[in-house]
Amino acid sequence: MTEMTASVAAPAVALRTVKYKSPTARGRLPVLILFLPPALLLFTLFVILPMGEAAWYSLYRWNGYGTPTDFVGIRNFSVLFNNAAFTQALVNNGLIIVVSLLLQIPLAIWLAMMLAHKITGVVTFRLIFFLPYVLADVAAGLIWRFVYDGDYGLFAAIAGFFGVATPYVLADRDLAIYAVLAVIVWKYFGFHMMLYIAGLQAVDRSVLEAAEIDGATGWQKFRYVTLPLLSSTLRLSVFFAIIGSLQLFDLVMPLTGGGPSNSTQTMVTFLYTYGVTRMQVGLGSAVGVVLFVICVTLAFGYKRIFMRHD
Amino acid sequence: MTHHQEKARPRAELFACLTIATSLAFGAFATAARAETVVKWMHVETVPSNLKVWEEIAAAYHAAHPDVRVELQFLENEAFKAKLPTLLQSDAAPDFFYSWGGGVLRQQSQTGALQDLSSAMKADGGTWAKSYKPAALDGLTFDGKTYAVPYRMGTVAFFYNKQLFQKAGIKAEDIKTWNDFLKTVKTLKDAGITPIAGGGGEKWPLHFYWSYLVMRNGGQAVFDKAKKNEGDGFLDPAIIKAGEQLAELGKLQPFQGGYLGATWPQTLGVFGDGKAAILLGFENTEANQAKNAGDGKGLAADNIGRFPFPVVEGGPGKVTDTLGGLNGWAVTKKASPAAIDFLKYLTSPEQERKMAAAGMIIPAALGAEDGLKNPLMRQAADQLAGSTWHQNFFDQDLGPSVGRVVNDVSVEILSGQMSAKDGAQMIQDARALE
Repeated sequence: MTEMTASVAAPAVALRTVKYKSPTARGRLPVLILFLPPALLLFTLFVILPMGEAAWYSLYRWNGYGTPTDFVGIRNFSVLFNNAAFTQALVNNGLIIVVSLLLQIPLAIWLAMMLAHKITGVVTFRLIFFLPYVLADVAAGLIWRFVYDGDYGLFAAIAGFFGVATPYVLADRDLAIYAVLAVIVWKYFGFHMMLYIAGLQAVDRSVLEAAEIDGATGWQKFRYVTLPLLSSTLRLSVFFAIIGSLQLFDLVMPLTGGGPSNSTQTMVTFLYTYGVTRMQVGLGSAVGVVLFVICVTLAFGYKRIFMRHD
Repeated sequence: MTHHQEKARPRAELFACLTIATSLAFGAFATAARAETVVKWMHVETVPSNLKVWEEIAAAYHAAHPDVRVELQFLENEAFKAKLPTLLQSDAAPDFFYSWGGGVLRQQSQTGALQDLSSAMKADGGTWAKSYKPAALDGLTFDGKTYAVPYRMGTVAFFYNKQLFQKAGIKAEDIKTWNDFLKTVKTLKDAGITPIAGGGGEKWPLHFYWSYLVMRNGGQAVFDKAKKNEGDGFLDPAIIKAGEQLAELGKLQPFQGGYLGATWPQTLGVFGDGKAAILLGFENTEANQAKNAGDGKGLAADNIGRFPFPVVEGGPGKVTDTLGGLNGWAVTKKASPAAIDFLKYLTSPEQERKMAAAGMIIPAALGAEDGLKNPLMRQAADQLAGSTWHQNFFDQDLGPSVGRVVNDVSVEILSGQMSAKDGAQMIQDARALE
């Protein structure tokens, strides 16, 4: 059957393509010439070229003045991977990803499950939960700096109320990263929640009803019906969480600036502190290259493996 | 005749219209190109009253030189530092910009982005050069070439809360040596008073302790050798000893709670609120503690005392050796003669006296200190005038990369995370990477 259709269809298709192809090619060329260059030029100028430049600078010792001349090969990279602050930054980025996946996303799904239905007051709650995401990162960082403040902040007030010594969480090497993680979860769960609400609203009610008729419990309904139907949203949300975690910068700067003792450094805050403020453009570019490679590998790997069908 | 006129009028009108249109379109440019030289002055000043003083000076200069217009351009401090390398290499470079001297200025001078002012300074028997304090001019001169016009000087010293000292029974005059200082810290702690306000979040406020200890333990000879990477460099025994003394101070836990996260304004606030007795700060500490105090007023002026960083027994450093800022106006390659003439005017004793009177600066110009009205600022100026060695901030002098490592190391040693020896090694390593 298939063979027959194929053999019948083949000449027709071949005929059509022969007839069809040349006018399109002829018609497309002027369009290409006219419309491609502006976009291509902009993209090359502001995306491809800087990336190439960063890769080039990363092989030099250079302070940003004049043109780089002091070629050092891969020394910037070896310095980088021997630097305790950078390895700490890598560990922290990993930790942020783990917390995003294990804490933030489940929290977002849980809240989305409750807020996907049309109950009175649901819009208000959605708004409240989404609000942190709308806030500028720097503003959120500053707000939380005040909350954590051991002298005048909310933490000081709470500690004072219970009559215990105030913890200075942001000044504590062991606690600071957890304080930052808490803010990250607070800041971004609303975004993921909104994704899931949209995903849940697309779930067909009749499937859930069918499951109910079959006698599925609440958990079973969630595990075997809702979650599989949410899987494309889940894959997207995980993707955003990973890439966002890798690029985290503006929330950390006002909170701790990467301190104390580099305990809250991320790759990008490391790039800024060691590359930009120390005017070591070469080393900074090397961080950029490493970050780029990690991001690209993860993004393409993830898309290829998990998002093939989306 | 009439006929001729009739014909000519449209053309004249057209011409008039065109002229108006062009002059409208190019308004500022056209006039500037014809009559005015624009002097671009890039700064990081944020205090409105200080800016007003500058604007008045610029206006007065414009009144005397109608063909020169001075344009003030502001950039936020951190943004300024990050943008400068690109800016200096572009056509948008200013004529002159704010500089902290030291290694950064030297780096800029080596790139050829700056103008060598030494011949202009030395002209007419060196009248221009002689109008500044020698230490200020020296600090902005590398290998005999001056790249910036001296503007202001500053010095870091201890400030203390007189009431709290009295409560603990301490006399500031008795603090002559580092051991006296450590004793003071203990006495204050025993009296239930937080001894020192420290800003570990920004790191550099604590690097002053290490800097001064290095200066007192090693003297100029040791530091200069370390800077030039001669001998043992930063592994000099005197420098390691300085680190050990710093660790000793840290062990006493002299700072307010959470000092490792405190920014500089917060630190000033802790001192201004009377929550800590001592602060190692700049010459303008009195004004800044008031600004950052909880009530906006802070400590009363007569409640604040000042004493120099004490000497270390057996160290060659003198109590009169000073650590502090030295600021100038770095002149770019493209700067016009008018810009240089304006700088001469801006940093002349008359103008610097005005700025001193406004409490803005300790002048770098000779003989302008008499403008200083504030007694604590005056004390700082007197200390500078009698300085036996004025050292620029270490994090400026050693250049951006080693300087930041010095800041890191100071905090790590103070908080007991790093030994004095490891710290010195880390700085030496950073030096080798330069």
